[in-house]
Amino acid sequence: MIEARGLTKLFHHKKRGQIRAVDNVDFRCEPGRIFGLLGVNGAGKTTCLRLLATILGPTSGTASVNGFDIVAAPEKVRASIGFLSTATALYGRLTAFEVVEYFGRLHGMADSVLHPRIDALFQALAMNEFRDRRCDRLSTGMKQKTSIARTLVHDPPVMIFDEPTLGLDVLTARTVLGFIRECGQRGKTVIFSTHVMSEVEKLCDSIAIIHGGRILAEGDLAQLRARTGVESLEDIFIRVVEEHA
Amino acid sequence: MNLRPVAIVYRKEWRDLLRDWRTVMSMIVVPVVIAPMIILGVLKIVNLTMKQESKVMLLGGDGSPQAVAALRRLNKFDLVPASPDYTNLISTKQIRAAVEIPSDFDAAVAQGRKTTIRIYTYDGEPKSMQAAGQLEEFFEHRRQEIVRSRLLERLLPETLVTPFEVKRSNVASPKQVTGVVVGMILPYLMIVMCLVGATYPAIDMTAGEKERGTLETLLSSPVARTHLVLGKGLVVLTASLATAALSFSSNGLALVFFRTSRFAKLPLALDPLALAGVCVVLIPLAIFLSSVTVTVGLFARSSREANTYLQPLLLLAIIPALLAALPGVDFNYGLAFIPVLNMSLLCKELLTGTCHWGHVLVVFGSMTVYAALAVAAAVALFKRESVLFRT
Repeated sequence: MIEARGLTKLFHHKKRGQIRAVDNVDFRCEPGRIFGLLGVNGAGKTTCLRLLATILGPTSGTASVNGFDIVAAPEKVRASIGFLSTATALYGRLTAFEVVEYFGRLHGMADSVLHPRIDALFQALAMNEFRDRRCDRLSTGMKQKTSIARTLVHDPPVMIFDEPTLGLDVLTARTVLGFIRECGQRGKTVIFSTHVMSEVEKLCDSIAIIHGGRILAEGDLAQLRARTGVESLEDIFIRVVEEHA
Repeated sequence: MNLRPVAIVYRKEWRDLLRDWRTVMSMIVVPVVIAPMIILGVLKIVNLTMKQESKVMLLGGDGSPQAVAALRRLNKFDLVPASPDYTNLISTKQIRAAVEIPSDFDAAVAQGRKTTIRIYTYDGEPKSMQAAGQLEEFFEHRRQEIVRSRLLERLLPETLVTPFEVKRSNVASPKQVTGVVVGMILPYLMIVMCLVGATYPAIDMTAGEKERGTLETLLSSPVARTHLVLGKGLVVLTASLATAALSFSSNGLALVFFRTSRFAKLPLALDPLALAGVCVVLIPLAIFLSSVTVTVGLFARSSREANTYLQPLLLLAIIPALLAALPGVDFNYGLAFIPVLNMSLLCKELLTGTCHWGHVLVVFGSMTVYAALAVAAAVALFKRESVLFRT
């Protein structure tokens, strides 16, 4: 489970002064459900997810991830999550197997547990064909599969996806979305950020609309429709943003 | 502290680096192949230049066949016929010097009259100076022969014109003699090689990771940032020390192999204990330099920016190393706290066998403190979001 309480992140910009990238955000993601964070570019999605992944520290407020506080126990939080974003690249000079093995070891897995786990993952994701190929020689789809195996190697209970389909072709994006759905079905807590409305409509059990660092509306699709009186998610999004403009 | 994550990071970074041709170039090819080739090439050129006959113009001397014949017999000069524009030829380096022998030189010597040999040179031009020196040496030798024969003819002792002699005697051991020369070159070489070996891996593992987007992947792992930076720093240190060691071995072998006449005069004897001492005192310096390069790499937004920052750093490290090689710059407690300079001076003392334990302790202590501060700075920087996510 993920629970954010008053989560705030301020940045200082030389010209623009203080920027509230994430502003007093509260939300709750339940296990087995996919929580979508919907917002335009610069809305604060990436910062919010980086805070949950403890890559950044909050200015105020906190969150608990799998029962661990992001401020008090960041290393335990990171041990509980799989974090995948467009910014999480692979080591080009290592093979797909070596990358996954490296992250398994960083998660403290013994080789006796790690290697059978990698074999199973590579089998499930059909990665054996390029298992020993260097990552800089993989196609985009192969890289994305390797990244997925990297996030899953330690079987984390919480998955954080930051715009995971950005820049991917339709087929690769479909594989990624299928993988996210599967994570939810397996009972993992999933938080997923995107600006693509159709992805949210297809995948998410619960949606939060984030804009200017603040969560403006939250609920499932039916609740958001009832609240705004419009049908499509795009219209809902625009209505909510305009209400708070 | 749990060192397992440090070891995991170390192994991965090492494997990653060795698959990059740029690392192999900076760590192995440069010190093992390129640096010795440059040194051997320079020595070869110097050697060839020294052996090369200097082109010298002979002016006059028509009535002095003995002097001219003696000059020709020497085989040190390529004597060219007289030409009126000899000053221009010297200035344009077409000939190295000109020597003017009066036509009555032989007769004047025979009659005991004073006469003058004139040498025309291009002052400051090394080859012209070398030719002039050889000509002066030749005529000085000839003058002494003439004086000796005149004294002999008159049955006078040689002490009449040479009442006493000045002789130099070397009291230093061959190890000390070698130590003086090696002590000037070795610290400089080691410092440069430590930096050469550290620079590329440090940039690749810090700014390079930012550029390639793998840093965020790494930061999402549960390993503490201190462990991550220590693992990376240890790889940089290993690369730095390995480059220095490879460079030392290959250059040493190259010098032993290339025993030119000039170097053959130098007894190639070094105290193994002194060399071991140099290696030990090099460790805190290598830690310091590695941590500084890692810190700079972390601060930079890109590999290019890191390179820009590291160029002045290279100069900052080379200048004290060069200062230490200057004659007259000796160890004192004031200089003992200046990083790089202190190590260079201590290495000089160690190699010449004039080192005191007090000096070793002060330099080793101060460098250890600097190294610890540099490591702490790297760790602190790796924990700063504003640095890791600088755009």
